[in-house]
This record gives sequence, structure tokens and C-alpha cells, in this order.
Amino acid sequence: MARKAVAKTAKSNVPELSKEQELAAYREMLLIRRFEEKAGQMYGMGLIGGFCHLYIGQEAVVTGVTMASQKGKDAQITGYRDHGHMLVMGLDPKGVMAELTGRQGGLSKGKGGSMHMFSNEHRFYGGNGIVGAQVSLGTGLAFASKYRGDNTVSISYFGDGAANQGQVYESFNMAKLWNLPAVYIVENNRYGMGTSVERASGQPDFSKRGISFGIEGEQVDGMDVRMTYDAAKRAIEHARSGKGPYILEMLTYRYRGHSMSDPAKYRSKDEVSTMRAEHDPIEQVKQRILEKRYGTEESLKELETEIRAIVTEAADFATSDPEPAASELWTDIYAA
Amino acid sequence: MPTILMPALSPTMEEGKLSKWLVKEGDTVKPGDVLAEIETDKATMEVESVDSGVVQKLIVPEGTEGVKVNAPIALVLGEGEVPGDAEANSAQLKPVDVAPVKVESTDTVPAAPAGVTPVAILEAASDPDLPAGVEMVEMTVRQALNEAMAEEMRRDKDIFLMGEEVAEYQGAYKISQNLLQEFGPERVVDTPITEHGFAGLAVGAAFAGLRPIVEFMTWNFAMQAIDQIINSAAKQLYMSGGQVTAPIVFRGPNGAAARVGAQHSQDYSAWYSHVPGLYVVAPYSAADAKGLLKAAIRSNNPIVFLENEILYGSTGLVPKVDDYVLPIGKARIARQGKDVTIVSFSMGMRYATQATEKLVAAGVDVELIDLRTLRPMDTKTVIESVKKTGRLVTVEEGWPQGGIGAELSAVVTAGAFDYLDAPPTRVTGKDVPMPYAANLEKLALPNVDEVIAAVNAVTYRS
Repeated sequence: MARKAVAKTAKSNVPELSKEQELAAYREMLLIRRFEEKAGQMYGMGLIGGFCHLYIGQEAVVTGVTMASQKGKDAQITGYRDHGHMLVMGLDPKGVMAELTGRQGGLSKGKGGSMHMFSNEHRFYGGNGIVGAQVSLGTGLAFASKYRGDNTVSISYFGDGAANQGQVYESFNMAKLWNLPAVYIVENNRYGMGTSVERASGQPDFSKRGISFGIEGEQVDGMDVRMTYDAAKRAIEHARSGKGPYILEMLTYRYRGHSMSDPAKYRSKDEVSTMRAEHDPIEQVKQRILEKRYGTEESLKELETEIRAIVTEAADFATSDPEPAASELWTDIYAA
Repeated sequence: MPTILMPALSPTMEEGKLSKWLVKEGDTVKPGDVLAEIETDKATMEVESVDSGVVQKLIVPEGTEGVKVNAPIALVLGEGEVPGDAEANSAQLKPVDVAPVKVESTDTVPAAPAGVTPVAILEAASDPDLPAGVEMVEMTVRQALNEAMAEEMRRDKDIFLMGEEVAEYQGAYKISQNLLQEFGPERVVDTPITEHGFAGLAVGAAFAGLRPIVEFMTWNFAMQAIDQIINSAAKQLYMSGGQVTAPIVFRGPNGAAARVGAQHSQDYSAWYSHVPGLYVVAPYSAADAKGLLKAAIRSNNPIVFLENEILYGSTGLVPKVDDYVLPIGKARIARQGKDVTIVSFSMGMRYATQATEKLVAAGVDVELIDLRTLRPMDTKTVIESVKKTGRLVTVEEGWPQGGIGAELSAVVTAGAFDYLDAPPTRVTGKDVPMPYAANLEKLALPNVDEVIAAVNAVTYRS
């Protein structure tokens, strides 16, 4: 039942979000956008080191999915493009930014970095740097849900690149075999680093990748938060009701390079600017808010100011907080 | 924040060319608008505006080469800002007072708390005293491992066993015999042949608070899963700043069996013992197999538990007490002596024990140490012993380069240098893939005579 809903499809049966949902989605996505822009800027200033993978352009995916989940109860796990997931799941932006700068107030005390942040409290399991590993781990989170019978669902995000890793299919097999409450979100942003889906995938429709395991999948317009929310609601309900795993392929786009040091020469500027101009997930919500009078230019401006203040506070904290004490080198290797 | 600085394309970039301005003075910009293109010899990148405002001044003209990273390149005034603010604000943008993460000079690296890391972190207790007159039960290593799992699974329902053929088949080597019958298919889980996947799945379940025991049919197959063991399990606590633990036991037969060829005969002792965040246990006797597996299952850390197929059927005496749990990280002095120290573990102990019997009969007072745990390694016991005997011979089935014997040699060279009367000497598997032919396989493995020859050499009796 793969449902074609690519970005250019005319939206006839588009699900509607309530005023509260539209405003909440706008706020979440704007926070990610501004946070990531700031992170990019701070990387350029040398304050953030190593790898830094920005989520700009893909905001509607994690925002819609998380809105459809039981936040704090359902487990979520992703790869290294993880800043947006943490913000939407409610982790402190100061802690996230301070982890990016490697400071003691970072969520992992500065010892994890951009790709490695976690929160037991929010049931966010990272932040994983090895492409595809989170799919097996996320399937294990689903195994734990079923083992305990606690009625929670595990949501695993991975990219179009990770979708070609072998362990993804080992996990699909076990998830279906044991009917685990696992939702798999393929964030298809068209490029695994510099390689386009067409150059890497024999079957570029990732929603079909579960067919041989008997796992249903859908293609979703991942730039429209109404669609991501609606599809995620179906997928999560499917998993929670004991029907087993479900795959959602989110057709999305990253505006920035794979990481900060990627000049993104493998795609045209027109492609990027067209996506930004015609499909930007945040602009879409903004227009609806204004059209439906859920808000005014003025009220959105106030929100913008508020978000900016949060991001500025996070950046200030992340640049003034001290580095971890040298003695931290030797801690957290073994649990008590 | 009106000053736009020259950004870096990578942490190593120091300067670049401002190739093109895409805005001009007086333009209104909003977040995300591309302001300029910069390039190095490797890459081109766009500079985006982070704030809304009006471009007041383009400080660096386009086409300028060698623009230093973090040099101001433009002024953008936010709403309500006056030019004067720009100068004032620009100061706080510069990261002058904020040192980027940099390598500290070596003299400021703190020492690991008292000695080698894992030892210091886990100062192992001695084996528990046994009650006087305790009954000793003879059993195989197989039975000991089975009892350990069954007892622990009775104690804690979060513990489950997962692996190929562990349930209905009763275990490829019958270690999980009767566990399915007692605990049911929810807790004794047959997996598909999918090591990478089920190892990752089990680590994920451990993140969520369960306590998986993962049986690999042999550790040779776990090479498919080694990424999950090391990258996901071993490093998790550290990467999460102490938040997320992975209480999990990976167990199964390690090393050579008999005539199973190169791909089924590898010893992974040294491989896993290399990794901080893992405990690596490799018992020899039935009693140690039981007591250490119980300890491993109770640990809140990821454990690599290396068994040996040939030892599964060997018998030993196991004390019959309610809860026989041994300390991880503590070597056992199998025989006290003063002439030479022989250190081994797992199957190597069989060669070492037989050699010791012959040597003692010939008058050599051997001190024999069974490491039992390879990480944290009980280097203290080994060093103390070598200080007494002045001589070290190590015995293992694994390859020599970077092996457990190599590590022990370094340990005693550093820790007992002045006491050594002979070079530390290793008896190892030969530096070849395991051959199939019976005669060649025998040659590839260590043997009793090689241990005796090594002892003769270090005691200058040859």
C-alpha cells in the first residue's frame, strides 16, 4: 500500500492540523532552524569541532513524527544528524549546544560530541555515529517494549544511505518475525553524503524495502508537517496495536552539505534553491498560520524573537561554559 | 549580532578567498539568505545570514584572497540598531576569550587514578571465603555455565538469553539445556542467523534496561557483530557522559576447537581485551566458569565472556553454595612457587598446568597464575609474582603480535624491571591461520613441551 505522496503531488486529501498543532509545529521547526543556523555559524568560528551534520530542511520529519508519538514514553533513536531530534524531544538547547562545543555542561559532559547525545529521561537513545547501527539498536528498544509489555513504541530514524546497510534488513526480519512495535523512518534527503539515491540504490523507493519481510511501507511528503504527522500517527498506531513494524519513507531534503566541510558540489544550486523556495517546511506552516489567521505577522515576529533568545542563550552558554575537567578523562568508562 | 565573520570550511582551514558577494550594501537580508561565496583550494561554500537586517558595509571586497578565518567581512545591522552598536557588538562575537577545544600538553594529562585504568576502576575483591565443610560438586564446565544462567534468570526476570539454536535445539553446545523448558520462549529466544542484527538488537534492549545474555555459536561469527559490541556497547557509557549503561553479556566458545579450520579457530582474547568499556572474562575451571558468569550477568557493564569448546566437557569441583559469585578482575594463583611465574588463562591453562606438573616433579618451583579475567587484567598479582620469581612465561592459543603475552611482557618489564633475571617469554599460537591437517593444526597450537622449553630457557637450564 505504498502511497505516492511526493512533494509535487496535488494535495487533495491533505490532513488538517489544529491551530494549536500548527503553532506548535511552527515553533519546533523554527527552533531547529535557528539552532542549526547558529551551530553552522559557530562551526565556522571554530567553536564546534569535528563533524557537524545540520538538519536544516528536514525539520518537518522529526517534528511531525514526534507530535504523533507519546513524547517521553516512546523511544526514539537516530544517526548522527541528531540535533533536531533532541530539540523536538525536549532536551535542553543549552545542553545540546554545549555538547557541540565540548563543554562540561553538554548533555554528555562534552565527551560525546555532535553525534553522541542521549537522554534516558526523554527516552532518546542517540545520536549514533555508525551508519545503520541505530536500526538494530532501535529494534532492540522495540524488543524491550514488547518484553515488558509496556505499550510503548520504538521509532528509529535513518537516512537513504543507511538504508543500504545489511543490518537494517537483519533488523526488519527480526522485527517482523517477533512482531515488534518498531516504526522505521527513512529520512530520504536524496544524498548519502555526496552520492545520490539513484547512484546508490537498486530500489530507490525505500517504502518498498520491507516488502520481502512483509512490512508495510508508505512514501510521505517529508517537507509537509501535516503529512509527516498524519503518516506517523498511522504507523505508530499500527505498531502500538501489536501489528508489528511499519516503514515510512520521508521524502525530504537537506539544504546544507552532508557535514560542515562538504561543499555540496554533487548537486546544482538551482535544485537547492527550488526546494527552499517551493517546499520549505517552515514557510509552508507560516503561510497557513497567516492565511487561517492562527497568528499575525506581529505574533510570528514575537515568536521569532523568543526563539532567537533561546538560541542566543544556548550559544552564550556553550561558549562561556568551561571545558570538562581533565579528571573527566577517566570517568564513565565502567558503570558501578 | 551584526558582524559577519569569515567562516571556516573545516577545523583546519586558516584562510580563504572571498570569491563573490551576493548582496550589496543597503540590501535587506533575512536568515538563510546567501550573503557570499568563499573558497579554498578544496571547496566552495556559501555564507548565510543568521539574522535579519540591512547590509551596512561590505568590509572585504570580493575577489580578496587570504582572508583570515574569523576576520570581519561585513556589517549587517539588525532592526533598531544604529551603526555604533555594531562596533560594540562585534567584540562579543569574536571567540577571543573562548578557547576552542585544543590538545592539552602532556604534562597536564591527569594520571589514571592509581595505576592502569581498569584495575584502578575495579579493585577486585578476593574470592569469597567458603563455609567450612562446604560440599564440592563435580560438574562439567558446560553444567557450570548452564547453572549460572539458570540461577541468575530465576533471580531477575529482566535477564533473557538470545542466540542461534539456544532454545528449541537446547544450544549448539548444550550450554542452554532445559532453559527453554524452565523460562519459556519469551526469555530464551532463538534468533535467525543474523549476528550483526541480533547483537545490535540486544544492545538496544540493554539501553532500555533489560539484561541480555547473547550467545554466539562461536566468537568467530561475532566478527559480524563486532561493531555493535565495541561501538555501541563498550563506548556507550562514556559517550553519554555516564547516563546510558549497557548491561549485557556476550558469550560463546572462543579459540580453536578441533580440526575446524582457519575461519572457526580464532582466539579473540587480545582483540577484546584492547577495548576500554568492556570487561573480558576467560575462565578455565568449572568453578570459575560458574562464579564468573554469574558475576558477568550481574555486572552493569558489557562483558565479553570467552568460553572454550574443548573445555566444555572437562570437569571440576564447584562449591555448593546458594550464590557462588566470583570477582571479575582477579587472577587466581593456581600454584604458589618461587622459581618461575607461568601466566595463562582459558585453554592455555591446560598446557600450563600439565607443564607445571612435570616441572615441579623435576624440581622447578613453578608459580602458576590463571588470569581468569583479561580486562581489567590483574597485573598487580602478576607483577608481585615476578618480583618473587624474576621470570615470566606466558601461555596462550592466540597469535603472538599484540597478544595477551605481549601485554604481560610489557607490564612486567615496566613493573618489575629490576627483578627480572630473564627476558619475559611467550608461548603462543603460531603466527599463521589455523591449518586443517591434523599434524599442522597440532604444530600451530602451543603445547606442553613448548611451555617446558620456555621455562628451561628463562631458568637457564637448557
